[in-house]
Amino acid sequence: MSRILIIAEHDGKNLDPSVAKTLKGALDVGIDDIDIAVFAESPDPVAGQAARLEGVSRVLTLADEDFAHPLAAKLAPEIARLGADYSHVFMPSTMYGKDVLPRAAALMGVNMVSEIQEVIDKNSFRRPIYAGNAIVKVTVPEGETVVGTIRQASFSAAGEGGGEAPIEAVEPSADRPDHTRFVNVETGGGDGPDLATSPRVVSGGRAMGSSEGFKVIYQFAEKLGAAVGASRAAVDAGYVPNELQVGQTGKIIAPELYFAVGISGAIQHLTGIKDAGTIVAINKDAEAPIFEVADYGLVGDLFEILPEIESHL
Amino acid sequence: MKILVTLKRVVDYNVRVRVKSDGSGVETDGVKMSINPFDEIALEEALRIKERGDAEEVVVASIGAADVQQQLRTGLAMGADRALHVETESAPQPLTAARILLKLVEREEPGIVFLGKQAIDDDCNQTGQMLAALWDRPQATFASKVELSDGKASVTREVDAGLETIQVDLPAVLTSDLRLNEPRFVKLPEIMKAKRKPLDIIALDELGIEDAVDHQISDFQPPPKRAGGKILESAGELVDELKNKGLL
Ligand SMILES: Cc1cc2nc3c(=O)[nH]c(=O)nc-3n(C[C@H](O)[C@H](O)[C@H](O)COP(=O)(O)OP(=O)(O)OC[C@H]3O[C@@H](n4cnc5c(N)ncnc54)[C@H](O)[C@@H]3O)c2cc1C
Ligand SMILES: Nc1ncnc2c1ncn2[C@@H]1O[C@H](COP(=O)(O)O)[C@@H](O)[C@H]1O
Repeated sequence: MSRILIIAEHDGKNLDPSVAKTLKGALDVGIDDIDIAVFAESPDPVAGQAARLEGVSRVLTLADEDFAHPLAAKLAPEIARLGADYSHVFMPSTMYGKDVLPRAAALMGVNMVSEIQEVIDKNSFRRPIYAGNAIVKVTVPEGETVVGTIRQASFSAAGEGGGEAPIEAVEPSADRPDHTRFVNVETGGGDGPDLATSPRVVSGGRAMGSSEGFKVIYQFAEKLGAAVGASRAAVDAGYVPNELQVGQTGKIIAPELYFAVGISGAIQHLTGIKDAGTIVAINKDAEAPIFEVADYGLVGDLFEILPEIESHL
Repeated sequence: MKILVTLKRVVDYNVRVRVKSDGSGVETDGVKMSINPFDEIALEEALRIKERGDAEEVVVASIGAADVQQQLRTGLAMGADRALHVETESAPQPLTAARILLKLVEREEPGIVFLGKQAIDDDCNQTGQMLAALWDRPQATFASKVELSDGKASVTREVDAGLETIQVDLPAVLTSDLRLNEPRFVKLPEIMKAKRKPLDIIALDELGIEDAVDHQISDFQPPPKRAGGKILESAGELVDELKNKGLL
């Protein structure tokens, strides 16, 4: 049977933008039977949004208070059970997908393809390894279920299809482990645009010097209507919260316009922005590796250059 | 309680990895090899837990050819008590690695298995989650803080929204994120001492592992190069360029 299952990511109210991108990857496989499953305490609002997306055949809802928080130990057995009826099971390669899907793949007894960046055909895909220093072709043996995460930065978002797919409630299985409990989640609470999806991003690095210094980045980003990002060094130093980290182990993003401010351009950072449209680098060191990938560079002190740019806006 | 920590031997993170011209793999000849950075962080955390008195023994394990013993020795020098080397010439993919680790877990019965969240060679980020599934135990991935009490672990995890805390019953699988700690440096006397610490070699067939049907990995390509850009003279020039491109 050739059918694709996508597990939706959402916050209980809204479908995450990563789902439309995962759907785009699924559409590229060329199988036109695509279902989206929504696990939630009350899945209806999210299911409604999923049902309007282009090319979706059905939306499956699995309602249970256990699904109020995304715990891999509770979700993976359900995904493995549902997945048995599909040839492909996809999730976005967000932290959520990365946490949950390998657990489901192991329960299904199959290997998994992480961070698919291109669909070659229904069994083969391209993905980055070594922090993006190499791109490989991964071929899943014929007849084996393809389980994989889809890299958001590499796919555009599927749009709305004009119709509405049927929504079907599925009964979750009764026995779920109680050895894992959600306690809380703390968000850094910036109210600017979302880093993962914003078309403009301004990132600051170690050069910002302090959380106080980092305010320059926030101000500049606000002027541009951009989301704020950061290098690992800036996050490690405590200037900004972890969810702003861009790179191999942070967020992989593809904005139209990216400003790297006081960031040297380590390979682990660059892997997070290689799909960006236009990269602007501001660095006082003309030899900084960031200039090798930047479309435009300004060499000098960022604390002088940023206000100058602002004055020309 | 015993803690089992996995150490994968990988190309050092400072090396600029290059694809072989025939597309068959990446250059590894004469390249510096190290413990996967996330695994070093996992080991550091295990050692700190032991030093606080919450664990009695830290065992390090690696799967691979004979040369992984170098990384195991480094782990012993950092302070691990014992090492296990599962010997195989093939590079196991995550599901096979998880099956092998499950066998070690059944032998050693650790309270915590600590892995890195991701190996920086294959960048899979799967093995810990797969082990937890096969073992049917909790997982707490991408940990940036771990607290233990009464047979439970409170783990703060780096997720897209920020920091999530979950509580898991032990035994459990944990995977480390970068900000969990900063690993200690190894001192010379420790390296000498580590030579006398036990290192057991286990043959793969001794564990009764049937190989999973692997994914085929082929056609290695260098990443597309971004066209080198221009260095501009002034902020005004930049704003003009961006406006011309319709970006501002
Ligand atoms: C396993 C692993 C995973 C990693 N994952 C990530 C990741 O996901 N994301 C990430 O970013 N990093 C990651 N790193 C870290 C990465 O290797 C670098 O250490 C980090 O990106 C450096 O951050 P930085 O560029 O801000 O700091 P630095 O390298 O210290 O660069 C600071 C730059 O600022 C410039 N500068 C200083 N003052 C000024 C000024 N006044 N005006 C203008 N320029 C100035 C300097 O010339 C320098 O180029 C990872 C590392 C490892 C080992
Ligand atoms: N061959 C191996 N030897 C030891 N540990 C491994 C091996 N393969 C994977 N691991 C562990 O699993 C983690 C995640 O690996 P991966 O799923 O490949 O990204 C690594 O950080 C290691 O801790």
